[in-house]
Amino acid sequence: MVVVAIAGAAALLLRAGGYPVGRGLAALWSGSFGSWYAFTSATLVRAVPLVLTGAAVAIAFRAGVLNIGAEGQLLVGAAAAAGVALSLETSGGFTPGLALALLAAALAGAMWAAVAALLRMRYGVLEVISTIMLNFVALHLVSYLVRGPLQEPTRVYPQSATIAEAFHLPRIPGAGRLHAGLILAIALAGAAGWALRNTAAGFRLVATGESPSAAASAGGIDVRGTTMRAFLMTGALAGLAGGVEVLGVTLALYENISPGYGYTAIAVALLARLDPWRVVATALLFGALEAGAGAMQRDAGVPSTLVSVIEAALILAVVAAQAFRSRRLPNDSAPDLRPVRT
Amino acid sequence: MNDVVEAFLAATVRTAVPLGLAAFGELLVERAGLINIGLEGAILAGAFGALVGASAGVEMGFVGAAIAGLLVGVLFALCVIWIRADQIITGTALTLLSVGATGTLYRALYGSGGAALGIPTSEPLAIPGLSSLPVVGTALFAQPPITYFAYLIAPALAWWFRRTHAGLALRAIGERPEAAETAGIAVDRARVLAILTGGVLGGLAGGTLVLAQAGTFAEGMSSGRGFIAIAIVVLGRWTPHGVAAGALLFGAASALQYAFQAMGWNAPYQVFLVVPYLLTLAALAGAVGRARAPAALGRTLESRR
Repeated sequence: MVVVAIAGAAALLLRAGGYPVGRGLAALWSGSFGSWYAFTSATLVRAVPLVLTGAAVAIAFRAGVLNIGAEGQLLVGAAAAAGVALSLETSGGFTPGLALALLAAALAGAMWAAVAALLRMRYGVLEVISTIMLNFVALHLVSYLVRGPLQEPTRVYPQSATIAEAFHLPRIPGAGRLHAGLILAIALAGAAGWALRNTAAGFRLVATGESPSAAASAGGIDVRGTTMRAFLMTGALAGLAGGVEVLGVTLALYENISPGYGYTAIAVALLARLDPWRVVATALLFGALEAGAGAMQRDAGVPSTLVSVIEAALILAVVAAQAFRSRRLPNDSAPDLRPVRT
Repeated sequence: MNDVVEAFLAATVRTAVPLGLAAFGELLVERAGLINIGLEGAILAGAFGALVGASAGVEMGFVGAAIAGLLVGVLFALCVIWIRADQIITGTALTLLSVGATGTLYRALYGSGGAALGIPTSEPLAIPGLSSLPVVGTALFAQPPITYFAYLIAPALAWWFRRTHAGLALRAIGERPEAAETAGIAVDRARVLAILTGGVLGGLAGGTLVLAQAGTFAEGMSSGRGFIAIAIVVLGRWTPHGVAAGALLFGAASALQYAFQAMGWNAPYQVFLVVPYLLTLAALAGAVGRARAPAALGRTLESRR
C-alpha cells in the first residue's frame, strides 16, 4: 500500500512539476529495484545506515527518549572508526583491527548520546534540544578533524587519508558495492526487535516509555537506569552506522559523510511503527527511494530533492493517521506514537 | 583597531538579525507551550519565497518570504492543533518537506544551473545622527530596514507579554493549558495565532538572508539557523530581551572568526562555531530553577472530545 502511495505521490509531483511522468517513474524504478546492480550497489548500500539509525531511533522513541541526535552520533562514530583505523594501520591484524574500529564507532556514539542523557537526568534538559545542539557540535568536530589531525597527508583536501584495506568491511560476493555491514545491521535490528518483545529488559524499556511513573510504582522498574541504557543503546547503534559507512562505503572520513541519514532515520522508524525489526523493511524502502531519486535526476532530469517531499509527506501521513486513530479511542491517554502491539 | 571592531560589530549584527527574527517567532510559539522544530523549514521556505517575490521588487520579496513562512506555519498548525499530531515529528517532517519543496521548485523554475543572480537587494538605510556615531555608527545604524524592525521586536514583545491581555493569556497557555481553557481563554486559537506569527517571522528571517545579505538563493541556505534559533530561545531563557542577547551572542561568536583571522590568529575556526552550542547546553544545565521552560512545552496535546 505504501509503495502504491509513493508511486502515486511521485506521479502527482512529477505531473505538477511538468516532468515526463513515465520516464521519471521508470528511472525511479530502474535506479532502485530495476536491476541487480541497482538493487545491491545503490538501494541496499543506502539502506544499511538507515537500518542502524532507524533501529536506534525506534529504540529511543520506544523508551520515551526523543533522540533527534542520530545524525551527530553517526558522525562521531564515523570519526572514531576512521581515527582508530588510521592510527592502527601500521599494527594489528585483520579481524581485531576492523572489530576495534567498529567498537570505537559504537562507543563514540554511545558517549555522544550519554552527554544528552546526563543533561536530561541531572539537569532536566530536554534531549530534543540537546541532541540537536550536539549534532552541530559533531558536524564541526568532523569538519575540524578532516582539516586538522585526520587530514590526508598532502593537506589539500578536507578529508582523511584512505583507510587501509585490512580495515574495510568485506564486500558481499556477487553484489557489487554491497558490504558485510548489511548482515550486521539486519542482525542487530532483528536482535533489538526480538529483545524488545521477549526479554525483561525490553519490557522495562517499553514500560518506561509508555509511562515512567507507572513503570516505577507498579512495575518496580529502575526508570533512570533504563532510560540511561536506552540513551546508550540508541547512541551505540547510530555510532555504529557511522563506522559501517566509513569502513564499508566511503573508506575515508569526509565532511559530508552523511546526507542526513540520522534525520531520515526518524521517518524510517516511524513508518516501521517503532519496531526495530520492521525498520529493516522501511529502511529498504527509503534506501530505494534515495537510490531511485539519483537515477531520476540522471535519466529524466527530475530534481532528486523531490524524494524529500515524498518522505516528508509519508511522515506526516503516518503521524496524522496515528493521531486520528488515538482520537477515536475513548479516554485515551496513551502517547500518540502507538507502537506495534506485542 | 577601530576597523576590526567595526567589522566585528557589523558581522555580529548581520548574523544576529535573521537568527533573532526566527528566534522571536519561536519564542512566541514556545511561550504558548509548543515547540516547532519546523522553524528551519520556515526559514528556508522564506528564503525561497523572497527569491520568487523579488522579481517584483525588494518589498515583494519580503512579502513573498512572509507568505512562504506563513504556509509552513499553517501546515504546522494543521498537524499539531487540528490533528493533534506529535510536535517534534511534525516539525522534523516540515523541515524535510521544505528542503525538498524549495529544492525541487528552485531547480524546476530556474534550471539546475541556478540563475537568480542579481535580484534586487535591500539597500542600507542610514539613520541620520546615529549612523555617524564613532565605531558603532555604521555597524548598527546604517543597515537594511529589516534590521531596525528586528531591533524593535524585543521591547515590543516584552511589553506585549507583560502588559496586554493577549500576552498574559499566551503565557498562561504555555504554563497550564487546561487552567487557561477553564479560565475561558481560547487556547487553540491563541496557539494557532502564535504558530502563524512564528512562521511569518521565520519566513522573514529567510527573506533577510536572501534580500539583505546573500543577494541570491541557494538550496539549503538556512543551514541550521532554525535549530540555532531554537537554542537561542533556550539560551535567552524564554524572555524577549534574553533572546535578543542570545542572538547577538551567536552573531558575535561567528563574527569572532573573522576578527581573529583579521588579527592573524590561527586557531581552528570550528572552535568559534561550536562555542554557541556549548554555551546553550551549559546555560540550559546551569540555569535550571532560575529559567524554567514553559511547563507545557512540547507536551502532545490532549485529544479533543
